[in-house]
Amino acid sequence: MIPGSFEYHRPDSVSAAVKLLAEHGDEARVMAGGHSLVPLMKMRMTDIDHLIDLQAIGDLKGISVDGGKIRIGALTTQHELINDKGLAKAAPIIHEASLQIADPQVRYMGTIGGNVANGDPGNDMPGLMQCLDATYEVEGPSGKREIKARDFYEAAYFTALGEDEILTAVEFDAPKGGYAYEKMKRKIGDYATAAAAVLIEMDGGKCTSASIAMTNLSDTPIYSEAAGQALVGSSLGDDAVSAAVKAMDEAINPAEDNRGPVDFKRHVAGVMLRRAIARAAERA
Amino acid sequence: MSKIHLKMKVNGKQVETLADSRELLIHVLREELGITGPHIGCETSHCGACTVDMDGKSVKSCTVFAAQANGADVTTIEGLGTPDELHVLQTMFKEHHGLQCGFCTPGMITRAYRLLQENPDPTEEEVRFGMSGNLCRCTGYQNIVKAILAAAAEMNAAKEAAQ
Ligand SMILES: Cc1cc2nc3c(=O)[nH]c(=O)nc-3n(C[C@H](O)[C@H](O)[C@H](O)COP(=O)(O)OP(=O)(O)OC[C@H]3O[C@@H](n4cnc5c(N)ncnc54)[C@H](O)[C@@H]3O)c2cc1C
Ligand code: FES
Ligand code: FES
Repeated sequence: MIPGSFEYHRPDSVSAAVKLLAEHGDEARVMAGGHSLVPLMKMRMTDIDHLIDLQAIGDLKGISVDGGKIRIGALTTQHELINDKGLAKAAPIIHEASLQIADPQVRYMGTIGGNVANGDPGNDMPGLMQCLDATYEVEGPSGKREIKARDFYEAAYFTALGEDEILTAVEFDAPKGGYAYEKMKRKIGDYATAAAAVLIEMDGGKCTSASIAMTNLSDTPIYSEAAGQALVGSSLGDDAVSAAVKAMDEAINPAEDNRGPVDFKRHVAGVMLRRAIARAAERA
Repeated sequence: MSKIHLKMKVNGKQVETLADSRELLIHVLREELGITGPHIGCETSHCGACTVDMDGKSVKSCTVFAAQANGADVTTIEGLGTPDELHVLQTMFKEHHGLQCGFCTPGMITRAYRLLQENPDPTEEEVRFGMSGNLCRCTGYQNIVKAILAAAAEMNAAKEAAQ
């Protein structure tokens, strides 16, 4: 369990890190908390010659809640997400989901930037960011650009991030209405068998908007606009919820693995979505 | 590849050593510095036997490169108590049979230490959730939870008495 040799770098600014990436090309990788990357390196499933540790870049840290706008620096850890009172108030779904990621030790190290940039369909934050319609801010040699979370994921470990770019922050509007993140896992510290992120707004007993995204049920997170649309205009009765579950089921494409066969995963996905809709509705 | 000159504070003492960039913190602690309290259980980031405190965070030192800990303040079980002067958590683990083989214990206690720093008066549920990154094959956890709750009570009583 010893990784191959590499050169270790600890730049103290985004521009210095970007420069190192440009210099070393595909032999270089950035590391945030290392809790997805280090296990892969230990199993020699990835080969890196230059490891660029981002920990000293102060600009990548911190949470700001400004009116309805939320900005979270890429290096913010899951532990910090859980303990930030302002964020828990403005976007309680982040708090609820972060508590379901990994275990306490991992959450002290794992960052939101690493979680969304990793591209592993098992990660919980990407689906959540799609549900929130978040924007990722990235920076490369030719400056900054923004990518919508809903456009970011291409396939497992393939994203819209360029090899010479760093993800610097995630931004989204504070969600309104009810929320829920429901995750089925085999044990604490496990990735989702299936998970559902749901935001719902209600007005006079009718649903006025709904956003639904699913985790670990395809090689990317799945934002299902159709599932959300199935709820809008309804009072969230059985028919509407079943229509949402059907639309979601058509959008996912789970694969059999040690978390179960395809039918089981589809079943669990439906259960998670029903529970999440019910809980979000209670809170709306 | 060149070695990295590491400077860390370990258990209150400034230490310096050379390490390969690919060396993990647990290996540097155990093999270079002779600090063998933190154990290697799974080596795959799951069991928590290798837990140490790094700049106020409980971390699995099998999943942190020593280079990442360069400049950090690290505390291991050795820094919490000694055989002559046990930490309250150690006393309570002993009293409540919070260990059998003892393999998981250094990680358990180092994690419990940080948990109680952050939440000095936890409920049983908060202890179980806060300790969920540490596995034990022997005890069934019941007595570990008891020991941590007892240590919390003892620490709070001592704090009150001091005021
Ligand atoms: C035991 C265990 C259980 C876990 N369970 C879960 C779980 O239930 N749910 C879950 O979501 N995750 C889980 N994880 C993963 C954990 O949350 C990781 O910490 C997270 O996926 C990655 O964050 P990181 O900061 O550690 O990233 P790193 O490991 O440092 O990086 C991951 C990848 O992202 C890239 N990267 C990192 N930061 C940036 C950036 N700013 N810009 C561009 N690229 C970047 C790296 O190059 C690398 O390819 C678990 C991990 C462990 C060890
Ligand atoms: S040895 Fe580090 S978590 Fe098991
Ligand atoms: S006491 Fe044996 S593993 Fe915990």
